[in-house]
Amino acid sequence: MLVDSRLRFDNFVVGSANRLAVAAARAVADTPGTVYNPLFMYSSSGLGKTHLMSAIGNQVAQKRKDLVVDLVTLDDFVQQLHEAIAAGETEKFQERYLQIGVLLIDDMQFLTGHRETQTELLRIFNALTADGRQIVMTSDRPLSEIADVDERLITRLAGGLIVDIGAPDYETRMAILKAKCEERGVRFRGGVIDEVGRLEFKNVRELQGALNRLIAFQTLGGGQVDPEAVVSILGDLAEQRARTNPPRASGEFANFLTDISLAVAHHVEQWKSRLNDGIAYWSGEGYRTGILERVLQDPTPPTSVESVLREFEGTVSKLRDLERQLLRIDKALAAHDAFRDPDRLDEAEQLLERALRTSAPPPGPSASFTRAGFEVGASNQLAVRAADAIVAVPGSRYNPLFIHGPSGVGKTHLMNAIGNGLIDATGETGGVACVPAQMFVDELIGALQEGTVDRWRARYRHAGALLLDDVQFVAGKERTQEELFHVFNALYADGRQLVFASDRPPRELSGLEERLRSRFEGGLVVQMQSPDRALRERLYDRFLKDLGVEPTSEMLTYLADRAVASVREIIGTANRIVASAEVKAVAVTASFIRAELQPDDGEVLRAAAMRTASDTFFLDGEKIVWQWPDAATRLVEELR
Amino acid sequence: MSLVNYATREITCKIVYYGPGRSGKTTNLHYIYGQVPEDRKGKMVSLATQTDRTLFFDFLPLDLGMISGFTTKFQLYTVPGQVYYQTTRKLVLQGADGVVFVADSQARQLEENIESFRDLHANLAEQGIEARTVPLVIQYNKQDLPPDLILSAHELSDALNFRGVPEFAADALHGPGVFETLRSISEVVLKRLSAGATAGSR
Repeated sequence: MLVDSRLRFDNFVVGSANRLAVAAARAVADTPGTVYNPLFMYSSSGLGKTHLMSAIGNQVAQKRKDLVVDLVTLDDFVQQLHEAIAAGETEKFQERYLQIGVLLIDDMQFLTGHRETQTELLRIFNALTADGRQIVMTSDRPLSEIADVDERLITRLAGGLIVDIGAPDYETRMAILKAKCEERGVRFRGGVIDEVGRLEFKNVRELQGALNRLIAFQTLGGGQVDPEAVVSILGDLAEQRARTNPPRASGEFANFLTDISLAVAHHVEQWKSRLNDGIAYWSGEGYRTGILERVLQDPTPPTSVESVLREFEGTVSKLRDLERQLLRIDKALAAHDAFRDPDRLDEAEQLLERALRTSAPPPGPSASFTRAGFEVGASNQLAVRAADAIVAVPGSRYNPLFIHGPSGVGKTHLMNAIGNGLIDATGETGGVACVPAQMFVDELIGALQEGTVDRWRARYRHAGALLLDDVQFVAGKERTQEELFHVFNALYADGRQLVFASDRPPRELSGLEERLRSRFEGGLVVQMQSPDRALRERLYDRFLKDLGVEPTSEMLTYLADRAVASVREIIGTANRIVASAEVKAVAVTASFIRAELQPDDGEVLRAAAMRTASDTFFLDGEKIVWQWPDAATRLVEELR
Repeated sequence: MSLVNYATREITCKIVYYGPGRSGKTTNLHYIYGQVPEDRKGKMVSLATQTDRTLFFDFLPLDLGMISGFTTKFQLYTVPGQVYYQTTRKLVLQGADGVVFVADSQARQLEENIESFRDLHANLAEQGIEARTVPLVIQYNKQDLPPDLILSAHELSDALNFRGVPEFAADALHGPGVFETLRSISEVVLKRLSAGATAGSR
């Protein structure tokens, strides 16, 4: 928008109510970008804001041809921005504004609610002021009264000079009337202008309206206006207006006022005003402002009041974040005073932490897997001894303990038994997390979806011990590994026990990050093998007894001689023998067992042959997509 | 008292005109009052005796309007100069942000000037105020009188202005020096704002 060339400093009437604004505007026009940047002028309508702003624009355009001057109303700015967004040309929009040397924005009060405009303005302001370019703004109300404006933007705008323009006093009104009459070439009888000037018009437009009516009356045949007739000619315009008695002499007082205005503008500590604006804003938002009040009371001003306010804002947003998290767990606690007092950020953090710790502890070990029910043999004794040592002195000797071995050899049983042992030892039921890795992954995905990762993380970080089964499932899952890494470090640093179980040793877990692998290997890695003969004999003895069969030594010798891959296979065989005997209604004897299992031996051999002959790749359930427990959520996890 | 209230956005300055009896303190205020445009004029309160001598004190509120976003008000007080109104002087002096010492330039009044100036310091000290920290301006009034009756501003300065504060020769009856004095004390008082010496400035 072009600056109206008729609005200049030389035809702006200066009075006590606008003297400071004029002085500031002139200073800005003389040396744009160096003093009072940004300059924010506010006043009621019709007191000359736009005139002054245009005067700056005209003077700069005349004296500094190298500077681009642009005057926009905020409305135009918003419209241009919307058009740019619609056309996908926001960059072009920004570029256009970044070319400007003196940016004049009228009617800033319309900023209310335009969030995207505020963001864009903030960006442009930062870029322009950083480059020493001048910004001048006007508004019909003080900055603090423009509702719903981003605090950061207010901070920027308040960083320069804020001046107000008051209603014209008698002398100013007289000067304006005389200037207007001269401009229009109109002459009134003596006393007429004084009569109009005495009417206390609150703005210059009304004053001009009154003068226009008198001019019209006089030039359109009404004859010369008498001072006594002024009020009746003006009619409604003059009604209910207070009248000023012309002062005897006021030149000295006016000069005094000017000097005092400059002294006040110079000496009033703008930082205190800013701090008070901040205090008013944040207490309006419901936050305690003790921190700011202390800065205010400190006789030495802060190095940067803006950074004090920014820091305060940062603390408030932290509090808001904590409050938001706590709302999901405990609404009552979220209403705690500490969440409204930046002085008590630590307390608020502790409240949240405590709430997280006490809310829904991670799953613990299954009570049915006990150490007493675990049979020890040569094939698993190393792991069992380590387990016993851990229960005796958790977190110190074998930390972490990494148990690996084929499926069904009792890793899960032993791990749960360790968990139960730790609970017994510490007496803390909620403190031991014993989870399958798949559940760990699924929980994390759920937390990511709900945005409650912090809470999820805190649950594990506050666990007394972490026992993670089937840890091979975290391989290849970057986010899970990242979280596991941090949980591991937190617990390890705190001397809490970590136990992992997997179907293969850490070095064979492809897709496992090196930082986790090295940590797993840093403790004790033990293998659990397929049950040895002695163990097989003991296991058959126990399982058959459990099923109500008293095994003979012949039975046990026969059964124990048969090689098995896992304990699960032994349980399966025992179950099958007993079930079959029941169906056939015969007693379980050594010959029955032999007859029952004989044909199977051939099958077992065939299966074993097939297993070795075919590509082992396909025997790994993990690699066959349709066997994945929940392919969809897993994909989500992989994508995060 | 509160000089600058950042919370309510108000600046209030209390300026006390101090000096011996008949030195022209009230005359200063009257002149200022006469210059204030009607729309800004508060009511000047003068508690005077029948012979127009200030018995208690004069009070002139000056509403300077909005300055830099602050509602600015100056309150000008005079104290009764007569020696026996000591209590009133102390009361008026309480909470003063600045003091104008109006000296009578007549040669025969020199002792009274010195006595009153001492009295000012004593009263400030009694209120626990270090006199050197109080904004002070000295006015040598009645410089319009015949030269043989008065001491020059220079001579009075030698006698009174040992602190080297701003000083003005004045003729309060006709105006010269009155606003210069007021402007000077106002500026000294306002300067204290930025020096951070305003106790309870919130």
